[in-house]
Amino acid sequence: MDIRAPRVLIPVLVIALLVVFPLATTGFYLEFTTKVMILAIFALSLELLVGATGLVSLGHAAFYGIAAYATVLLSPKYGAASAFWLLPAAIACSALYALAVGALSLRTKGVYFIMVTLAFAQMAYYVIHDTELGGGTDGIYLNVKPEVALFGWKLVELGKPVVLYYVVLGCLLLVFVFLVVLLRSRFGRALAGIKDNEQRMRAAGFSTFRYKLTAFTLAGALAGLAGFLVAVKDGFVNPEMLSWHESGAVLLMLILGGMGRLSGAVLGAFTFALLQLFFQWDAVFGNFSKHWQLLLGGTIIASVALMPNGLIGLPAQWRAWRARKLAGGADA
Amino acid sequence: MDVQIFLIQVLNSVQYGLLLFLVASGLTLIFGIMGVINLAHGSFYMIGAYLAYSLAPAFGGNFVLTLLAGLVLAVIFGYLLELLFVSYLYKRDHLQQVLMTYGLILVFEELRSILVDNDVHGVPVPPWLAGSISLGDLMQYPEYRLAISAVCLVVAAGMYFVIARTRLGMMIRAGNSNREMAQSLGIDIKFLYRVVFAAGVALAVLAGMIAAPVSSVYPGMGAQVLIICFVVVVIGGIGSVRGAFLASLLVGFVDTFGKVLFPEVAGIAVYLLMAAILLWKPEGLFKQG
Repeated sequence: MDIRAPRVLIPVLVIALLVVFPLATTGFYLEFTTKVMILAIFALSLELLVGATGLVSLGHAAFYGIAAYATVLLSPKYGAASAFWLLPAAIACSALYALAVGALSLRTKGVYFIMVTLAFAQMAYYVIHDTELGGGTDGIYLNVKPEVALFGWKLVELGKPVVLYYVVLGCLLLVFVFLVVLLRSRFGRALAGIKDNEQRMRAAGFSTFRYKLTAFTLAGALAGLAGFLVAVKDGFVNPEMLSWHESGAVLLMLILGGMGRLSGAVLGAFTFALLQLFFQWDAVFGNFSKHWQLLLGGTIIASVALMPNGLIGLPAQWRAWRARKLAGGADA
Repeated sequence: MDVQIFLIQVLNSVQYGLLLFLVASGLTLIFGIMGVINLAHGSFYMIGAYLAYSLAPAFGGNFVLTLLAGLVLAVIFGYLLELLFVSYLYKRDHLQQVLMTYGLILVFEELRSILVDNDVHGVPVPPWLAGSISLGDLMQYPEYRLAISAVCLVVAAGMYFVIARTRLGMMIRAGNSNREMAQSLGIDIKFLYRVVFAAGVALAVLAGMIAAPVSSVYPGMGAQVLIICFVVVVIGGIGSVRGAFLASLLVGFVDTFGKVLFPEVAGIAVYLLMAAILLWKPEGLFKQG
C-alpha cells in the first residue's frame, strides 16, 4: 500500500464523519461538537504562532475573548446585527489588540515573551472584568443573534443549532485550508525559517520582526473568528473567556495533539474536550467528578513527562521505542 | 493628598512591594539558574496562605510556631517537587515547562479544594502585633503591616548576604551566569537546583503565610500574584535578584498609588508600566548574563 494513503484517507474520513454527524444526533452532542470545532479554530490560530513560528504565547485567550465581547457589545440591544459587518468588526478588534500586543511583546524573546503575552492578556481581562464596559464577573448576554441576510432575505439561520454546526464546520475547513496554503507560501516558509534560526533569517535579509508581527496579528484575527463564533453559539460571554486558564488550555490542546502539524491542533482540541467531558462524567467518577481538574492536571503532567511529541507523535515514538528494543535484543 | 495619607500609602506600597519581592525573587532565581519557567510559583503563595490558616489550630494559634512549621513543610515540599516533577523539565523547551507547571497548578488548586475548601477565610493577626502606631494626630497604621515589611527586609538582607558573601551564593551566581561552565568547574548542579528550588518555594510560602492575616485566604490568590510577579521579573530582568527587588518596589508604588489617584484604571497601571519599560529596555532593567 502506498505509504501516503493514510494522510489523504484520514482527513477525508474525518470530514465525511463531521458532515454526516448531525444526521445521527441532535441536542447535546451536536452542540458539543460545534463547540469543539470552534475550539479547534482557536487552537489552529495558536498553532500558527507556536507550531509554525516558534512563538509560545500564553495570552492567546485575550484575542478570543475580545472578539466575543466585541460581538456582543457591538450588536444592537433589541435587534439583529448583520453578520456581514459584525464579523469583520469583531475580528478587527482582536487583530488590533494583537497588533499592539505583538508590537510590544515581540521585542522580547523566549521566556520573556511568554510572560509578557500573559501579562497583556491579563490586562485585557482586568479591563473587561473590572470596568463598566464588560458587565463585570457576570458577563453579558447577546439578546439577538446576528443575521446573515441579503436584501431582506435570510440566507442562513444562525439560531438553529444544525445550521450553526455547518457554518462552524465550514469555517474550520476554511481556516485549515487557509493555513495549509499560507504555510506553504513564501510567507509560511519564512516563518518556518524564523522558528528554525531567526539569526540566519535576518542574515538572509528578512525583516523577521515584520514577519512575526504579521503572524501574531493574523493569529489574533483567527482567534477572533473563533471568539465571534462562540459568542454567537452561546449567546453569552463572560470574563473567564479571556482568563489565563483559557490560554493555558489552548496551549495544552496543541501539545496534546502534537506541535508542528495543523492536524495536531484539531486532534488536540477534540482530545482535550473529550478528556474534560470524560473527567466530568459522574457515572465513572461519581462524586469525584467535581474534582475533574485534578485528573486533568495529572493527565497534563503525565503527558508532558511521557509524550514529548503529543498524540500525533505517538506512532513515531512507538516505532523508535521498538527499534531501540530490537537493537537492544540484537546486542543480547 | 495630605502628608499623612501620603505617608500611609508609601508604607502600603513598600509593604506590598516587599511581599512581591519574596515571591518574585524565587521565580527569577529558578528561571535564572535552572532555566525553568514556573507557572506554579503563584500556587506556592496560595499554599502558604492556606497553611497559615489550617496549621494555626494545631499550634494553638501561635503565629511564630505556625510560620516555622510552614517553612519546614515548604522546604520538604519544594525538595520533593523538584525531585518528582521539575527535574523532568531541564532539558525540555519552554512550552513543555509551561504545560507541566500549568498542570501542577490545576492539581494544587483541586487538592486545596479537597483538603480545605473553596471558601474565603480570615487568619487572625497575632495579638502581640494587633495594635496600631499613630502617625501624627489622627492617622493610625497597623503594626502588623510594619512587621511584614520588617520580615521581608530581613529576608532580603539575608538573601543578599547568602548570595554575595557565601560559598553557596558563589555557586548560585556562577550557575546564574553560565550553567554549563559552572557544572564543568565541578559544582554539583543537581544539588544546587534542589537548594534553589526549595528556597524559592519556601520564600513564596513564607510570603503567603505572612500575607494571610492582611489579605485573607481565597482560592484565586495564587494566579493574581503569579502574574504580577511575571511583570516584576520582566521589569527587573530575568535572573537578577537586585532587579527583582527594585522592580517589586516600583510595582508596589505604581499599583498602590494607581489605586489612590486613578481608581478607574488602577488594574492596568502596572501593565502600562511594563509596556513602557519594554519600549525602553526590552530585557528589563538589570539583565543577567
